[in-house]
Amino acid sequence: MEMSILIAFLAATIVAGTSILLAALGELIAERSGILNLGVEGMMLVGAVTGFLMAIKTGNHWYGLLAAMLAGGLLAALHAFICVTMRGNQVVSGLALTILGTGISGVVGKAYQGVPLSNPFKAVHIPGLADIPVLGPILFRQDALVYCSILIAIIIWYVFYRSRWGLSIRAVGQNPAAADAVGISVSRVRYCCTILGGVLAGMGGAYLSLAYAPSWQENMTAGRGWIAVALVIFALWNPLRAIMGAYLFGGVEALTFRLQIIGISISSFYLAMLPYLLTILVLALVTIRLRQETGTPAALGLAYDREER
Amino acid sequence: MVLRIRLIKREQESAVARITVPVLSVISALLFGWLFLFIYGAEAGETYLKMYHGALGTSYAFSETLVKAIPLMLAGLAVSLAFRMKLWNIGAEGQLYMGAFAASGIALGWGNQPAWILITVMLLAGFIAGGLWGLITGVLRARWGVNETITTLLLNYVAILWVDSLVYGPWRDPQSLGFPLTPRFSMNAYLPTLGDSRVHIGLLIALLIAIIFYYLLNYTRWGYEMKVIGESHLAARYAGINVPRNIMLVMLISGGIAGIAGMIEVTGITHRLQSGISPGYGYTAIIVAWLGRLNPFAIIVVAFLMGALLVGGFAAQSSGIPFSIVLILQGSILFFLLAGEIFLKYRLKLSRRAAE
Repeated sequence: MEMSILIAFLAATIVAGTSILLAALGELIAERSGILNLGVEGMMLVGAVTGFLMAIKTGNHWYGLLAAMLAGGLLAALHAFICVTMRGNQVVSGLALTILGTGISGVVGKAYQGVPLSNPFKAVHIPGLADIPVLGPILFRQDALVYCSILIAIIIWYVFYRSRWGLSIRAVGQNPAAADAVGISVSRVRYCCTILGGVLAGMGGAYLSLAYAPSWQENMTAGRGWIAVALVIFALWNPLRAIMGAYLFGGVEALTFRLQIIGISISSFYLAMLPYLLTILVLALVTIRLRQETGTPAALGLAYDREER
Repeated sequence: MVLRIRLIKREQESAVARITVPVLSVISALLFGWLFLFIYGAEAGETYLKMYHGALGTSYAFSETLVKAIPLMLAGLAVSLAFRMKLWNIGAEGQLYMGAFAASGIALGWGNQPAWILITVMLLAGFIAGGLWGLITGVLRARWGVNETITTLLLNYVAILWVDSLVYGPWRDPQSLGFPLTPRFSMNAYLPTLGDSRVHIGLLIALLIAIIFYYLLNYTRWGYEMKVIGESHLAARYAGINVPRNIMLVMLISGGIAGIAGMIEVTGITHRLQSGISPGYGYTAIIVAWLGRLNPFAIIVVAFLMGALLVGGFAAQSSGIPFSIVLILQGSILFFLLAGEIFLKYRLKLSRRAAE
């Protein structure tokens, strides 16, 4: 009995962490190229609402996912335009993106507020693996997007550390002038990475509205986008560490949810504060401990201007 | 022949662009919002007219806009101080809530004190609570370099939940029929109003702070130090400026003034603490500060315009338009402004070149 509760809890942890993981991976790619995008929350919200609307209109959640990725990528392209082409302030542009995304999702989703989705992503049992005791129910009876998210993390890791592309991206984030000198197009790399980041943030948002809580609620991301931004620092810009971090936050969310159901005597408001407080705590600890070697891309947040080299 | 567009750096900031860029940004944002109103199925021209009428059309509308502009002025001034040092305090919303919480605590606990004492103490409490909330981030940033953007933002959620835990819990008015609000403050805790409108003396407090800011930033050593820190931490250190101390100080003051915005909202308008006292003043403040180019007097003017946008949004909402349209307009104004800012420093040059 005890065991089955634990297994259910760990499985819920993974589900709760997946949307944060996808968004964090997106932000990680953008930041590696030197672009800080604080618009994750906005891109996730637009992803969530677009995915939901598309899934309801077409009856196919895969189309929903695709639309969400496209929407996230489009918003990110706007950010890239401001930051790369117009050399605008990245922090303010990201905030504008969050405000804009929140507004767009609110207007577009108004009529569908609280409508449940009848065709969400469902758990896929992986033949053979799903029957392994303990691990099976935790890892191999999840929905397709959970598998996708882990796969994406591994691919990103491989590209970063084992391919020429990855080298170019890291070079652009570290020292754009040097990358430019060896013939890498700084703008092109930054555009690509930022847009890809938006695609993943849109996916992370769609995970909420198509799998985690299949419906549309205004502001349903509830700060997950910001937690994702913090998670990138926690992960030291390493995609595999991001998996761990995302599940840590997923665990806290799953825990508070369960504690509320049991009807524990702590006020639900205090429980709801936990993920935010934990994020701050973890962020502080990581920054304090690893101050010297955080792996922060050296050119993060700075516009690149050839003439000011 | 190929037309090439090149950016040429200007010798000095363009004075013409300084006026045209913000104006064009607002116009472009209205057109952008048009698109979403169309998608929503609303008549955009009519909606904008309704918003204008609701915000500025009558003297009552005008005073309501002023009422909404006051917390925006304060919160805008608050964040502008931090932005000057490139310290991204985006936690004005949470600092405002903490200020409102502390001021309400005083009003509910010592409501029978004479008005001037009570209001002074509430003002101090609002400043201290908001300031300490900001200082958490300030200390983390100054001592250990913890990213202030994320901490200030996440603390917003915590502060809002904290106020909710009170107004849904121990502080709830037993006669509120279940609504999340505290009992009404005693009359002694009401901020005096100007004339017979809802506009209160918070307006004068905001103007006073703007003047003080202007003086501090332009005529004191401290203002100069902040400017140097904003340019480069390294340069500031070489000049013998204590950077960590300034970061903590600025977060304290910035949070404190946002806290005053919260205090003023509960003593001037709601006269009680309630759930959702701010329709995102702390976030709109970021736009106010940036549109005002961090100049205290420009911030006062921009806060008024953003107040009009909020009130216009409420007016549109009453005829079925989602309030989120205000966020679309706010976000896109900021975007167009950022995109246009390059024309302050650069000019476009078209040159013909033979095709390669």
